[in-house]
Amino acid sequence: MSVTISAGTAYGFFTDTSICIGCKACEVACKEWNQLPGNPPHFLGDSFDNTGQLDAMNWRHVQFRETTSAQGGPAWLMMSDVCKHCNEASCMDVCPTGAIIRTEYDTVFIQQDVCNGCRNCISACPFGVIGFSGDTGTVHKCTLCYDRLQAGMQPACAQACPTQSIQFGPLVELHARADMRLVALQSQGHDPILYGRDDNVYGGLGAFFLLMDKPESYGLPSTASAVRPERNNAPGYLGALLGSVLAVLGGLIAFRRRNETEAQ
Amino acid sequence: MDHEHFAVSPDWKWYILLYFFLAGIAGGAYVIGALLRLAGGAGRDRAAERLAFLVAFPVVLICPILLTLDLGSPGRFWHMLINTTPGQGGVNFVSRSPMSVGVWALSLFALVSFVTFVATLSEVRGGRGAAVRLMAGAGGSLVVLAGALLGLFVASYTGVLLSVSNQAVWSDTWTLGGLFLASGMSAAAVVVAQFARRRAGAGTERRLAEADGWFAVVELLFVVLFFITLGAAGTAGTVLGHGWALLWVVVGLGLLVSLLGLARRGMAGAMAVVTPVLVVLGVFALRAVIIFSPQ
Repeated sequence: MSVTISAGTAYGFFTDTSICIGCKACEVACKEWNQLPGNPPHFLGDSFDNTGQLDAMNWRHVQFRETTSAQGGPAWLMMSDVCKHCNEASCMDVCPTGAIIRTEYDTVFIQQDVCNGCRNCISACPFGVIGFSGDTGTVHKCTLCYDRLQAGMQPACAQACPTQSIQFGPLVELHARADMRLVALQSQGHDPILYGRDDNVYGGLGAFFLLMDKPESYGLPSTASAVRPERNNAPGYLGALLGSVLAVLGGLIAFRRRNETEAQ
Repeated sequence: MDHEHFAVSPDWKWYILLYFFLAGIAGGAYVIGALLRLAGGAGRDRAAERLAFLVAFPVVLICPILLTLDLGSPGRFWHMLINTTPGQGGVNFVSRSPMSVGVWALSLFALVSFVTFVATLSEVRGGRGAAVRLMAGAGGSLVVLAGALLGLFVASYTGVLLSVSNQAVWSDTWTLGGLFLASGMSAAAVVVAQFARRRAGAGTERRLAEADGWFAVVELLFVVLFFITLGAAGTAGTVLGHGWALLWVVVGLGLLVSLLGLARRGMAGAMAVVTPVLVVLGVFALRAVIIFSPQ
């Protein structure tokens, strides 16, 4: 699918999990383009998933989640997970160096020459997307192929996806496509949800999903759990202030001038 | 509110634990020195006041070293202070990020505690230089007041830094700032008391023991609030399971001896050798269990 890419327009991914076949072409394309190392081979033992999680060297992760169908038989939930490029990005909120920026394509990008590897963004990302690399001393995640966008090319994963489960394009267009797909699936008797299409999850996600089960089944926080770290700034500082006042009060009581002599 | 967490661990380990521990002692020691100067009897606790200021600066000097060693790219520590994004420049101050605010507060605190340290050292050696003259008057009191406020911040913001995240436990409570502050001041009180034993009178030692007891009362209050907030979030089990309860026993012992010191107020020898060891171990264990258990 050809997309004309221009700065100033918001781009993103629409991942339709109902047509993901778990081929991992997206993972391979991502690693190939971004020259990411492969995982050391080991058996995770609980599914066809041998990637495990998103981290510094896995910017796409195809999840295989075994579940039970409505008829009671075994069923698979498959989803190609990726950085969500949140409109209200928790990682950007806490980054002390300004290394995490929003690009001209409205995506979230970590400047490798600015990041100093403090890992504060890892503790803040609610999706467990960002990983630390000991090789570079910095943190890494999906760049939404920033370099490819600048060259007018769509991201490698979306180009490689054989079923168009991963679609790339202007967010406005992707939203319209997702709405149509939702209606089509509902008319077939399914009960899917669009996750991150609206602003109720981190102000809307640049990479949003059509899910066939509740978000938690895919390791995603529910709308109620999708909260920003900065919500704790005011109560945290107020708690510190309360502690300061009480501790100073205690010190004043102990050190106050009293009619006592050193001989006592 | 009960939030389900899917964040992964930032892998903050020993350097961060040591930093949080020493920041509490450095900030706490300075605040104790300031309280002794501004509220204590005229000259009564002068030796302890000087010792508190002499402890604060060397301890705070270790803090940036630990923070730098913990970075993935230690050579870029200055990126915390200066904006290195191409085409931008200027200073980096991100008010919504406690790590950014804390780095600035730590830098300012190090500066103020350095001035206080130099003046105090000079005074102890009988000097009458500019630093001593500055610290002797009302200007000195202002410097000490500013240092005390910065010390309170440095000793407490580390807890806020943990809370401003999406990690289980850390982000489920607002109490960590107050908890780290009170426990840091408790550790600072026993450290200053140990240094002051040979140089100050029994009255000073008694007052420091009493102060430690009051700090422990505040710490205990915050421990209770900590567990209430974690209970509401459903994550209390994280800090109690997998053997972490043993560290809480160490925390409890440290609190107990401090509270006993308060109850025995007026008795000489309240800060005997075992007490400070237990208090300091308890404060260290508190930070260890909070930092490590959710990770």
